[in-house]
Amino acid sequence: MSPISFSPSALKEGRLYEYMIRFALGGAATAFTGLVSSRSGPSIGGLFLALPAIFCASATLIEKHEIRRKREAGLDGRRRGEEAAALESTGAVLGAFGMVAFAVTFSLTVKDSVPTAFIAASLAWAVVSIAGWCVRRKMRMVRRLRSFRRRRRAQIAGPGEDRSALT
Amino acid sequence: MTEYVVGFLLGGVVVSAFSMLGDMLRPKSFAGLFGAAPSVALATLGIAVYTHGADYAARQTWAMTAGAVALAVYGGVVCHLLMRARFRVASATLVAVVVWLVVAFGLLAVAGGLT
Repeated sequence: MSPISFSPSALKEGRLYEYMIRFALGGAATAFTGLVSSRSGPSIGGLFLALPAIFCASATLIEKHEIRRKREAGLDGRRRGEEAAALESTGAVLGAFGMVAFAVTFSLTVKDSVPTAFIAASLAWAVVSIAGWCVRRKMRMVRRLRSFRRRRRAQIAGPGEDRSALT
Repeated sequence: MTEYVVGFLLGGVVVSAFSMLGDMLRPKSFAGLFGAAPSVALATLGIAVYTHGADYAARQTWAMTAGAVALAVYGGVVCHLLMRARFRVASATLVAVVVWLVVAFGLLAVAGGLT
Protein backbone atom coordinates (compact mmCIF):
# COMPACT_ATOMS: atom_id res chain seq x y z
CA MET A 1 0.00 0.00 0.00
CA SER A 2 1.31 3.47 -0.91
CA PRO A 3 2.09 5.69 2.12
CA ILE A 4 1.09 8.75 0.05
CA SER A 5 -2.58 9.65 -0.37
CA PHE A 6 -4.31 12.25 -2.51
CA SER A 7 -7.41 13.95 -1.18
CA PRO A 8 -8.98 16.73 -3.33
CA SER A 9 -11.60 17.29 -0.60
CA ALA A 10 -8.81 18.82 1.57
CA LEU A 11 -9.15 21.96 -0.59
CA LYS A 12 -12.55 22.62 1.00
CA GLU A 13 -10.80 23.34 4.32
CA GLY A 14 -9.20 26.43 2.82
CA ARG A 15 -10.96 29.79 2.66
CA LEU A 16 -11.05 32.00 -0.42
CA TYR A 17 -8.95 34.72 1.24
CA GLU A 18 -6.25 32.13 2.07
CA TYR A 19 -5.91 31.21 -1.62
CA MET A 20 -5.86 34.90 -2.51
CA ILE A 21 -3.04 35.50 0.00
CA ARG A 22 -1.01 32.69 -1.55
CA PHE A 23 -1.61 34.05 -5.05
CA ALA A 24 -0.60 37.56 -4.00
CA LEU A 25 2.46 36.32 -2.10
CA GLY A 26 3.60 34.12 -5.00
CA GLY A 27 3.12 37.00 -7.42
CA ALA A 28 4.88 39.45 -5.13
CA ALA A 29 7.84 37.08 -4.58
CA THR A 30 8.24 36.63 -8.36
CA ALA A 31 7.98 40.37 -9.10
CA PHE A 32 10.37 41.14 -6.20
CA THR A 33 12.95 38.63 -7.50
CA GLY A 34 12.73 40.19 -10.97
CA LEU A 35 13.19 43.66 -9.46
CA VAL A 36 16.21 42.61 -7.36
CA SER A 37 17.77 40.93 -10.42
CA SER A 38 17.40 44.03 -12.57
CA ARG A 39 18.77 46.35 -9.84
CA SER A 40 21.54 44.18 -8.33
CA GLY A 41 22.31 41.65 -11.05
CA PRO A 42 21.40 38.00 -11.63
CA SER A 43 23.62 36.65 -8.81
CA ILE A 44 21.87 38.53 -5.99
CA GLY A 45 18.48 38.09 -7.70
CA GLY A 46 19.10 34.36 -8.09
CA LEU A 47 19.36 33.94 -4.32
CA PHE A 48 15.75 35.09 -3.98
CA LEU A 49 14.53 32.28 -6.26
CA ALA A 50 14.75 30.16 -3.09
CA LEU A 51 13.20 32.74 -0.75
CA PRO A 52 11.08 30.98 1.92
CA ALA A 53 8.19 33.50 1.60
CA ILE A 54 5.76 30.84 0.38
CA PHE A 55 6.74 28.48 3.18
CA CYS A 56 5.97 31.18 5.80
CA ALA A 57 2.44 31.52 4.40
CA SER A 58 1.78 27.77 4.07
CA ALA A 59 3.05 26.96 7.57
CA THR A 60 0.86 29.67 9.10
CA LEU A 61 -2.17 28.40 7.17
CA ILE A 62 -1.48 24.80 8.25
CA GLU A 63 -1.40 25.94 11.88
CA LYS A 64 -4.70 27.78 11.37
CA HIS A 65 -6.35 24.70 9.80
CA GLU A 66 -5.22 22.42 12.65
CA ILE A 67 -6.38 24.89 15.32
CA ARG A 68 -9.76 25.28 13.56
CA ARG A 69 -10.19 21.50 13.29
CA LYS A 70 -9.32 20.91 16.96
CA ARG A 71 -11.51 23.81 18.16
CA GLU A 72 -14.47 22.21 16.37
CA ALA A 73 -13.76 19.13 18.51
CA GLY A 74 -13.62 21.32 21.66
CA LEU A 75 -9.82 21.24 22.03
CA ASP A 76 -7.20 24.01 22.02
CA GLY A 77 -5.19 22.71 19.05
CA ARG A 78 -2.36 25.25 19.30
CA ARG A 79 0.33 22.67 20.05
CA ARG A 80 -1.07 20.38 17.35
CA GLY A 81 -0.84 23.25 14.87
CA GLU A 82 2.80 23.90 15.78
CA GLU A 83 3.63 20.21 15.41
CA ALA A 84 1.95 20.07 11.98
CA ALA A 85 3.98 23.10 10.86
CA ALA A 86 7.19 21.49 12.22
CA LEU A 87 6.42 18.36 10.20
CA GLU A 88 5.86 20.51 7.13
CA SER A 89 9.25 22.17 7.72
CA THR A 90 11.05 18.79 7.72
CA GLY A 91 9.46 18.18 4.31
CA ALA A 92 10.65 21.62 3.23
CA VAL A 93 14.25 20.67 4.13
CA LEU A 94 14.03 17.72 1.71
CA GLY A 95 12.33 19.92 -0.89
CA ALA A 96 15.23 22.37 -0.54
CA PHE A 97 17.72 19.63 -1.45
CA GLY A 98 15.53 18.99 -4.49
CA MET A 99 15.76 22.71 -5.24
CA VAL A 100 19.57 22.47 -5.23
CA ALA A 101 19.24 19.68 -7.83
CA PHE A 102 16.82 21.90 -9.81
CA ALA A 103 19.25 24.83 -9.84
CA VAL A 104 22.31 22.76 -10.78
CA THR A 105 20.45 20.89 -13.57
CA PHE A 106 18.96 24.11 -14.97
CA SER A 107 22.25 26.01 -14.98
CA LEU A 108 23.99 23.12 -16.77
CA THR A 109 21.34 22.54 -19.46
CA VAL A 110 19.74 25.94 -20.21
CA LYS A 111 22.41 27.01 -22.72
CA ASP A 112 21.73 23.93 -24.88
CA SER A 113 17.93 23.87 -24.83
CA VAL A 114 15.50 25.97 -22.79
CA PRO A 115 12.52 23.52 -22.81
CA THR A 116 14.85 20.62 -21.91
CA ALA A 117 16.30 22.68 -19.05
CA PHE A 118 12.84 23.32 -17.54
CA ILE A 119 11.76 19.67 -17.88
CA ALA A 120 15.07 18.19 -16.66
CA ALA A 121 15.32 20.61 -13.70
CA SER A 122 11.72 19.95 -12.60
CA LEU A 123 12.32 16.20 -12.82
CA ALA A 124 15.55 16.58 -10.82
CA TRP A 125 13.64 18.45 -8.10
CA ALA A 126 10.92 15.76 -7.97
CA VAL A 127 13.34 12.79 -7.98
CA VAL A 128 15.70 14.19 -5.29
CA SER A 129 12.85 15.43 -3.04
CA ILE A 130 10.80 12.23 -3.23
CA ALA A 131 13.86 9.97 -2.90
CA GLY A 132 14.96 11.97 0.17
CA TRP A 133 11.50 11.66 1.69
CA CYS A 134 11.45 7.85 1.09
CA VAL A 135 14.93 7.41 2.63
CA ARG A 136 13.98 9.51 5.67
CA ARG A 137 10.77 7.49 6.13
CA LYS A 138 12.66 4.19 5.88
CA MET A 139 15.27 5.36 8.41
CA ARG A 140 12.56 6.42 10.87
CA MET A 141 10.86 3.02 10.54
CA VAL A 142 14.15 1.16 11.15
CA ARG A 143 14.88 3.40 14.20
CA ARG A 144 11.41 2.75 15.62
CA LEU A 145 11.74 -1.01 15.09
CA ARG A 146 15.16 -1.05 16.80
CA SER A 147 13.85 0.90 19.77
CA PHE A 148 10.81 -1.40 20.03
CA ARG A 149 13.05 -4.51 20.00
CA ARG A 150 15.36 -3.00 22.63
CA ARG A 151 12.40 -2.26 24.94
CA ARG A 152 10.96 -5.72 24.39
CA ARG A 153 14.28 -7.44 25.23
CA ALA A 154 14.59 -5.29 28.35
CA GLN A 155 11.06 -6.33 29.41
CA ILE A 156 11.86 -10.03 28.87
CA ALA A 157 15.13 -9.72 30.82
CA GLY A 158 13.32 -8.14 33.76
CA PRO A 159 14.29 -5.24 36.03
CA GLY A 160 17.01 -7.15 37.96
CA GLU A 161 19.03 -8.20 34.92
CA ASP A 162 22.08 -6.43 33.62
CA ARG A 163 20.70 -4.31 30.74
CA SER A 164 24.09 -3.35 29.40
CA ALA A 165 24.46 -6.91 28.07
CA LEU A 166 21.35 -6.41 25.96
CA THR A 167 22.50 -3.43 23.96
CA MET B 1 6.68 47.45 -15.94
CA THR B 2 4.94 44.80 -18.10
CA GLU B 3 7.65 42.32 -17.06
CA TYR B 4 6.71 42.74 -13.38
CA VAL B 5 2.96 42.52 -14.01
CA VAL B 6 3.42 39.31 -16.04
CA GLY B 7 5.78 38.04 -13.30
CA PHE B 8 3.20 38.78 -10.63
CA LEU B 9 0.40 36.94 -12.47
CA LEU B 10 2.56 34.00 -13.55
CA GLY B 11 4.15 33.67 -10.09
CA GLY B 12 0.73 33.80 -8.43
CA VAL B 13 -0.63 31.03 -10.64
CA VAL B 14 2.41 28.71 -10.31
CA VAL B 15 2.74 29.20 -6.53
CA SER B 16 -1.03 28.65 -6.02
CA ALA B 17 -0.90 25.45 -8.13
CA PHE B 18 1.99 23.98 -6.09
CA SER B 19 0.36 25.03 -2.78
CA MET B 20 -2.97 23.42 -3.72
CA LEU B 21 -1.16 20.24 -4.74
CA GLY B 22 0.57 20.24 -1.35
CA ASP B 23 -2.79 20.73 0.42
CA MET B 24 -4.23 17.64 -1.27
CA LEU B 25 -1.34 15.33 -0.40
CA ARG B 26 -0.84 13.32 2.79
CA PRO B 27 1.19 12.71 4.95
CA LYS B 28 2.15 16.24 5.94
CA SER B 29 5.90 15.62 5.77
CA PHE B 30 5.41 14.66 2.09
CA ALA B 31 3.18 17.68 1.44
CA GLY B 32 5.96 19.79 2.96
CA LEU B 33 8.11 19.02 -0.09
CA PHE B 34 5.82 21.38 -1.99
CA GLY B 35 6.56 24.14 0.52
CA ALA B 36 10.04 24.15 -1.03
CA ALA B 37 8.94 23.61 -4.63
CA PRO B 38 10.70 25.78 -7.22
CA SER B 39 7.46 27.60 -8.02
CA VAL B 40 8.86 31.16 -7.86
CA ALA B 41 11.92 29.92 -9.76
CA LEU B 42 9.84 28.44 -12.61
CA ALA B 43 7.93 31.69 -13.11
CA THR B 44 10.97 33.99 -12.73
CA LEU B 45 13.26 31.90 -14.93
CA GLY B 46 10.61 31.69 -17.66
CA ILE B 47 10.52 35.49 -17.82
CA ALA B 48 14.32 35.80 -17.43
CA VAL B 49 14.97 33.48 -20.40
CA TYR B 50 12.44 35.38 -22.52
CA THR B 51 13.71 38.88 -21.67
CA HIS B 52 17.45 38.45 -20.94
CA GLY B 53 18.46 35.11 -22.52
CA ALA B 54 19.77 31.73 -21.35
CA ASP B 55 23.11 33.01 -19.99
CA TYR B 56 21.36 35.38 -17.58
CA ALA B 57 19.03 32.59 -16.37
CA ALA B 58 22.01 30.24 -15.90
CA ARG B 59 23.73 32.85 -13.69
CA GLN B 60 20.53 33.23 -11.66
CA THR B 61 20.21 29.48 -11.04
CA TRP B 62 23.90 29.24 -10.09
CA ALA B 63 23.21 31.73 -7.28
CA MET B 64 19.92 29.97 -6.52
CA THR B 65 21.97 26.95 -5.35
CA ALA B 66 23.18 29.03 -2.39
CA GLY B 67 19.61 30.16 -1.67
CA ALA B 68 18.39 26.56 -1.75
CA VAL B 69 21.08 25.37 0.70
CA ALA B 70 20.05 28.27 2.95
CA LEU B 71 16.43 27.12 2.60
CA ALA B 72 17.38 23.65 3.90
CA VAL B 73 19.04 25.30 6.93
CA TYR B 74 15.96 27.54 7.31
CA GLY B 75 13.62 24.48 7.42
CA GLY B 76 15.78 22.86 10.11
CA VAL B 77 15.82 26.06 12.19
CA VAL B 78 12.02 26.47 11.92
CA CYS B 79 11.51 22.86 13.05
CA HIS B 80 13.89 23.42 16.00
CA LEU B 81 12.19 26.69 17.03
CA LEU B 82 8.75 25.05 16.95
CA MET B 83 9.57 21.78 18.70
CA ARG B 84 12.29 22.80 21.19
CA ALA B 85 11.98 26.55 21.74
CA ARG B 86 8.14 26.44 21.53
CA PHE B 87 7.87 29.48 19.23
CA ARG B 88 4.57 30.31 17.53
CA VAL B 89 4.52 29.41 13.83
CA ALA B 90 4.42 33.00 12.53
CA SER B 91 7.32 34.04 14.83
CA ALA B 92 9.44 30.96 14.02
CA THR B 93 9.05 31.34 10.24
CA LEU B 94 9.85 35.07 10.37
CA VAL B 95 12.79 34.84 12.80
CA ALA B 96 14.34 32.07 10.69
CA VAL B 97 14.30 34.36 7.61
CA VAL B 98 17.30 36.14 9.24
CA VAL B 99 19.13 32.78 9.26
CA TRP B 100 18.21 32.28 5.59
CA LEU B 101 19.59 35.71 4.66
CA VAL B 102 22.85 35.16 6.58
CA VAL B 103 23.45 31.67 5.13
CA ALA B 104 22.42 32.60 1.57
CA PHE B 105 24.57 35.77 1.36
CA GLY B 106 27.40 34.05 3.27
CA LEU B 107 27.52 31.18 0.77
CA LEU B 108 27.33 33.58 -2.17
CA ALA B 109 30.19 35.65 -0.71
CA VAL B 110 32.31 32.51 -0.20
CA ALA B 111 31.60 31.46 -3.81
CA GLY B 112 32.63 34.92 -5.01
CA GLY B 113 29.19 35.83 -6.29
CA LEU B 114 29.06 39.19 -4.50
CA THR B 115 32.04 40.65 -6.31
